[in-house]
Amino acid sequence: MLQGIPITHVLIVSSFMFFAGVCGFIIRRNMITILMSIELILNAVNINLVVFNKYLFPDQLQGHFFALFVVGIAAAEASVAIALIINIYRRLNSISVDKVNEMKY
Amino acid sequence: MNYSLTILILLIPFATFLFNGLIGMKLKPVVSGLIGTIGLGVITLLAYLTAWQYFFVDGMVDGSFPKVIAMSMEWLRLSDALTIQMGIMLDPISVMMLVVITTVSFMVHIYSLGYMKGEKGFERFFSFLSLFSFSMLGLVVATNIFQMYIFWELVGVSSFLLIGFYYSKDSAVAASKKAFIVTRFADLGFLIGILLLSYFTQTFDFKILTGTDQSIFAQTAGVSFLGMSVMTWAALLIFMGGAGKSAMFPLHIWLPDAMEGPTPVSALIHAATMVVAGVFLVARMFPVFYFQAPDALTVISYVGGFTSLFAAVIACTQYDIKRVLAFSTLSQIGYMMLALGVSGYGGHEGVGYMASMFHLFNHAMFKALLFLGAGSIVHAVHSNVMQDMGGLRKYLPITHITFLIACLTIAGVPFLSGFFSKDEILVAAYEHNKLLFAVEFLVAGLTAFYMFRLYFNIFWGKEKHYHHTPHESPKTMTIPLMILALGSVFAGYIPFSKLVTSDSMPFESHMDFGIAIPSVLIGLTGILIAWILYKKESTIPERISKSLGGFYQAVYHKFYIDEVYMFITKKIIFNYIARPVAWFDRHIVDGTMNGIGWITVTSSRKIKGLQSGNLPQYGMVFVLSAIILVLIFSFLI
Repeated sequence: MLQGIPITHVLIVSSFMFFAGVCGFIIRRNMITILMSIELILNAVNINLVVFNKYLFPDQLQGHFFALFVVGIAAAEASVAIALIINIYRRLNSISVDKVNEMKY
Repeated sequence: MNYSLTILILLIPFATFLFNGLIGMKLKPVVSGLIGTIGLGVITLLAYLTAWQYFFVDGMVDGSFPKVIAMSMEWLRLSDALTIQMGIMLDPISVMMLVVITTVSFMVHIYSLGYMKGEKGFERFFSFLSLFSFSMLGLVVATNIFQMYIFWELVGVSSFLLIGFYYSKDSAVAASKKAFIVTRFADLGFLIGILLLSYFTQTFDFKILTGTDQSIFAQTAGVSFLGMSVMTWAALLIFMGGAGKSAMFPLHIWLPDAMEGPTPVSALIHAATMVVAGVFLVARMFPVFYFQAPDALTVISYVGGFTSLFAAVIACTQYDIKRVLAFSTLSQIGYMMLALGVSGYGGHEGVGYMASMFHLFNHAMFKALLFLGAGSIVHAVHSNVMQDMGGLRKYLPITHITFLIACLTIAGVPFLSGFFSKDEILVAAYEHNKLLFAVEFLVAGLTAFYMFRLYFNIFWGKEKHYHHTPHESPKTMTIPLMILALGSVFAGYIPFSKLVTSDSMPFESHMDFGIAIPSVLIGLTGILIAWILYKKESTIPERISKSLGGFYQAVYHKFYIDEVYMFITKKIIFNYIARPVAWFDRHIVDGTMNGIGWITVTSSRKIKGLQSGNLPQYGMVFVLSAIILVLIFSFLI
């Protein structure tokens, strides 16, 4: 138990993080920043997983482990994404998403 | 009893066809011509050997000529019960046809070496001739009706190719199409007839179908359609195919037009061999017709009789010499059909059958001779029309003599071949149907008349003004003429009643002088009338035709049968069937397909802007949609 901290406070933090991530994903033009926004979204989810596990099923560990898996997947995703970004930079000399708009009709 | 070499009779022409067709262009024309001719010469020899062995060495078994299967192999297995064989069957009529076809074909090959010299497509001509010989020989030796049908169609194709040989000439192209479509239409009936017959008898095989065992027809008992028994239907439909190929009324319209082809082709295909395929078919199936569908035989006899009269009348008015000969062919084939129609089975009853085959044999000789002679004349004066000819006997002595022999033969002058077979046909007709006998008697006179009208117009009469002096044709053309003339004279002395009969058993036939003498007299009368009218230029024929007025015009225009066909096809079928069908195809079938395509194209053009390639926009849509979905589900559940 996190002493004296009600669950709603933690959920407010995670919601804030989540929507900050979504906003960043939509608004920002820099790909690195977009990647960071995605990390933010994932970590907001992680907090939720841990917190719900702690408050609802204190004697079980699935939530914690799921959070760990998400961290691992996020690391892999980040490495792939950065590799893509580097390649895009080499081709276009830019990492702005506005420039990467050739995949259309 | 070994006929293993007969397979070569089919293989050699096929090989020369492939050779000339594939690499003939690279050779000198005369080489490819010689290859075709030599190939034909070899199989002619083989055919004579086969005939010799069949009739005289092996001879009869138990008093009749057997049906020998020289070769047979399975070609198509549809099921255990239904297999289609390809093979060679030898019996009196097929052996006789082998001799006829190879002889005439060989003569035509030699003749073509001279006639077609210098023509464009010389090797193409010879490869088509080989193809034709192959298919025709395959047709006559067929062991089963299905093999016959296959070769039947091949024959049709080669006829189409050869009529349209001068493919840059519009009339030739039209004629070849006409021939193909008319005969193909008739073959539709043939195919349905084959299917009906084999559905009920469970076999294609000629040996079984025409054998003595009638139990295979047990299933047909009591089956009838529209008041006719199923066997009558099958027989009539098969006869329809035969009528198409043999140009019987009303399917005769293609034959006169087929004269657009080169003259040797007319001699080979449209006089001597292919057009008698229908007669051969009826003869081949004769026991089936006779025992199972006697009504169909009656129809055949009347169709044959009518065609012979009809064509003979038209032949009296035509001016194109090849067309006169074409109508004469129609008339003579009508004779053969009639003889089959009135024939009985076995012994003297079957005299009609024998006479029909006999006449087929003789007709092949003298009609090929007439056509080749006509070709020689056309070669000399460069015109097909009688009015451009006259007094040619001085310039073309050999052609003149051989043509005269052929004319005398076809007119039934005694002791030439036509006399014997025509007499037998008249005897058969007299014994079975007096009306048909009267018709044929009249036709015998008409035949003599129009042939000698042709003869006098070409070789006698006033000399016309020729661009250059007509000259006799080269040796390659005159030698076949002489050989065929010998054939026309002496073919009549072959004892056909000993060799080719309805039940393959020989019988004694004798001259019936009560019929022979009047028929000779009417023939001579015809010749005499032609002599009076045409030997010297006179105005009598013109006055006669004037006095006949409308009737003459109708005959001159071939009784407007072509126009009737044009009316039926163009005005009725095109307007009331083809046009609505075409409209339906264009607007409903095509319209549906085009509509589907149009809808897809337009709608995708409208929505393709959604895929902008702009990543933040995708994210926006994604998030908003997710929010909307969440809202919807939270309110719904």
